[in-house]
Amino acid sequence: MKNSGSANLIKSNAIWLVFIAEVIIFAIASGGTFLTPNNIVNISRQVSYYGIASIGMTFVILIAGIDLSIGSIITFVNVVCAYMMVNMGMNMWVAVIISLILATAIGTLNGSMVASIGIPALIATFASQTIFEGISYLISGGRPISGFTPNFGIFGRWSVGPVPVCALIMIACFALGSFILNKSYFGRYFYAIGGNEEAAELSGIRVNRVKYLIYALSGFFAGLAGIVLLSRSGSAQSTVGKGLEFDVITCVVLGGVSVNGGVGRMSGVVAGVLIIGSLTNGMILMDVSEYTQMVVKGLVLAIAVGIDCMSKKHQSS
Amino acid sequence: MQEDYVLELEHIRKEYPGVVALKDVTLQLRRGEVLGLIGENGAGKSTLIKCCSGAVIPTSGKIRINGKEFDRMTPQLAAENGIAIIYQEFNNVGELSAAENLFLGRPIRKGIVIDRKAMEEEAAKAFEQLRIKINPRELVKNLSVGYQQMIEIAKAIQQNAQVLIMDEPSAPLTTNEVESMFKVVELLREKGVSIIYISHRLEEIFRLSDRIEVIRDGEYVKTLITPKATVDELIQLMVGREMTQKYPPRRPCIQDDVVLELKNVCGNGDRNISLQLHAGEVLGLGGLVGAGRTELAEVLFGAKPKESGEIIFYGKEINPKSPREAIDLGIALVPEDRKRHGALLTNSIKNNINMPIYQRISSASVIDSKTEHANAEKYRADIQIKCPNVHQLVKNLSGGNQQKVILGKWLAADSKLIIFDEPTRGIDVGAKFEIYKLINDLVESGRSVLMISSEMEELIGMSDRIIVLAEGEMTGELQKEQFNSDTIMAYASGIVDKKEAI
Repeated sequence: MKNSGSANLIKSNAIWLVFIAEVIIFAIASGGTFLTPNNIVNISRQVSYYGIASIGMTFVILIAGIDLSIGSIITFVNVVCAYMMVNMGMNMWVAVIISLILATAIGTLNGSMVASIGIPALIATFASQTIFEGISYLISGGRPISGFTPNFGIFGRWSVGPVPVCALIMIACFALGSFILNKSYFGRYFYAIGGNEEAAELSGIRVNRVKYLIYALSGFFAGLAGIVLLSRSGSAQSTVGKGLEFDVITCVVLGGVSVNGGVGRMSGVVAGVLIIGSLTNGMILMDVSEYTQMVVKGLVLAIAVGIDCMSKKHQSS
Repeated sequence: MQEDYVLELEHIRKEYPGVVALKDVTLQLRRGEVLGLIGENGAGKSTLIKCCSGAVIPTSGKIRINGKEFDRMTPQLAAENGIAIIYQEFNNVGELSAAENLFLGRPIRKGIVIDRKAMEEEAAKAFEQLRIKINPRELVKNLSVGYQQMIEIAKAIQQNAQVLIMDEPSAPLTTNEVESMFKVVELLREKGVSIIYISHRLEEIFRLSDRIEVIRDGEYVKTLITPKATVDELIQLMVGREMTQKYPPRRPCIQDDVVLELKNVCGNGDRNISLQLHAGEVLGLGGLVGAGRTELAEVLFGAKPKESGEIIFYGKEINPKSPREAIDLGIALVPEDRKRHGALLTNSIKNNINMPIYQRISSASVIDSKTEHANAEKYRADIQIKCPNVHQLVKNLSGGNQQKVILGKWLAADSKLIIFDEPTRGIDVGAKFEIYKLINDLVESGRSVLMISSEMEELIGMSDRIIVLAEGEMTGELQKEQFNSDTIMAYASGIVDKKEAI
């Protein structure tokens, strides 16, 4: 029993050690380029959108669920927001707010499929992934949409001093996520449900309502990530979010959130996001091909989950 | 050896951390006999047969099969030595045919392909041997429960089982199916198979067995020759014991006001339950496992829907549709399966205690952490939860302390009616006494307790009044001066009912 406590401590700190080791390796291998201020700002821009999306995913995985629709929601928000601004001439802020509401609604739809109908989360969110990827193509006709008002750059391109706005949004979201998990009663509910759904229900938690909330939040954060990404790229593509959910899941799981539910901390997820972000950036700097990057990320995901499952096995034996 | 014993268990003892499941049980099974094994719930019957199957490793004791001695069984050893167990849950695969199930895991092959035809022929022979009519090609999911059980038995016989252990085989069956199962059992006895037959239905034991072994509290009590035994004697042996355990004294605290009244409540398998519970009263709910007591608790707690009837709580008709609603009304449930339904094991003591009231102690969803902490500390002190601090995870606590955390949670939620389902199951003796004291505190402070218990002694020792359920219906009510374990057992087995009917 004592062992698992100290093992957890090592595990939660180990992730930061991994991050530091990674930074050192890339710093040396890239001949210093990796650590230049320019590149650090670059990394913060690159990680911002999946950092934001990882917060919702953290909640979902905490209750032993999964949300595969995140990449599609990001694509959908890109296309819809761009369409409203460019094709409909809508005010940028109105378009952003409508997009976020739609993203939250998709999340709620996931919640209803999982909680009320009882479709396994994997299938329910895979279905909406397919649906909203399709809808995005239907709206855009597969063509990129661009030509936004320059002010739209605020979410992804502008900076406050040296710090990109999108990084600030991400930091604010992490703070919010951490607040929800630690200071609000919802966080207590998430851990309770992830630990034991039946006992949580019998302790007076309306588990289904909480599930709705969690999937809605996951949709919301994915939507926000989509806005940041759209602002950064300046053009809505129907392929933009494809497969992003796997990057996000990797970050969350790498950050120590157990796929079995009930265990995990926001700070770990921050580390997970930084590791994947710098890994991607470092590999690009070192001219590693895109396909090799996929292989590496896949391995990282398998190893992260493997460690989680092995520690679970170790504990129960 | 004078007797021809096929299976002998000698001084089997099984300890779990904090609990002794089997103290000392000895069992001897003669070749070709049916031995009835009886005992109260929790007497250790299941643990004992699991020792035979290899699912449980005894702490000490010997197992002898056909004279060969073992310290422990493994599932493989058990199979090799001809021991087969028919559990209440079957191991059939619904999507496969009867024949395929019969040869599950060891199909007849022709080269690398499965020889379906040979399997079907063999299965037909096996079924015919037992004189049961099952089409070997029928998918198991289309067969009745009775036939599914027959397939299990046929499978055991096919694998040359010499000892067949049947755990409450009649429980899932209809009356007609029970009759055909009896015929199979009798046929097997003629063929020289030895059978241990576990049932709480004494009529079945009398009908089938040659001898009857009684165990109680994990100890061997007596073995009787069936024709010489009587129902009264068996009940006496199963429950009759001196009150060895002390119960903490309670000052008289029963008030006249009726807190809870049930009028013909039906639902979740129960029918027409009517009862009254007063403030300051401990009402015991007795009965056998599966009598519908837990089911009634689930209905009251809003976990399962009520079909008809009225629940009146503090003078108002209520109909809780979720545990949340029940909790808000002041009803609490301390469930039987603490680890699955009661405590949130991976959460801290503090979180567990505050879980039902988080919304109440939060403003704009932000928890008032001072109140949260103070609550946890209050109940930790009040009910003496032994822990280094309230941040400790509940899974690291002993059973008794976990039970206290669950109780602390309901005290924090200000519950008026607390339903205990087997309050001291799996809790060691010292902690039991503390739980009893806490139950006393509850009623002395004007709360009401509905206590489900399968431990006769506890039921009698703690209740002010006892209601007995059998198969989803009330079969008896006893006032304190009428408490008597034989009567309760008789009500619980439904025997009194039948006697009266005659």
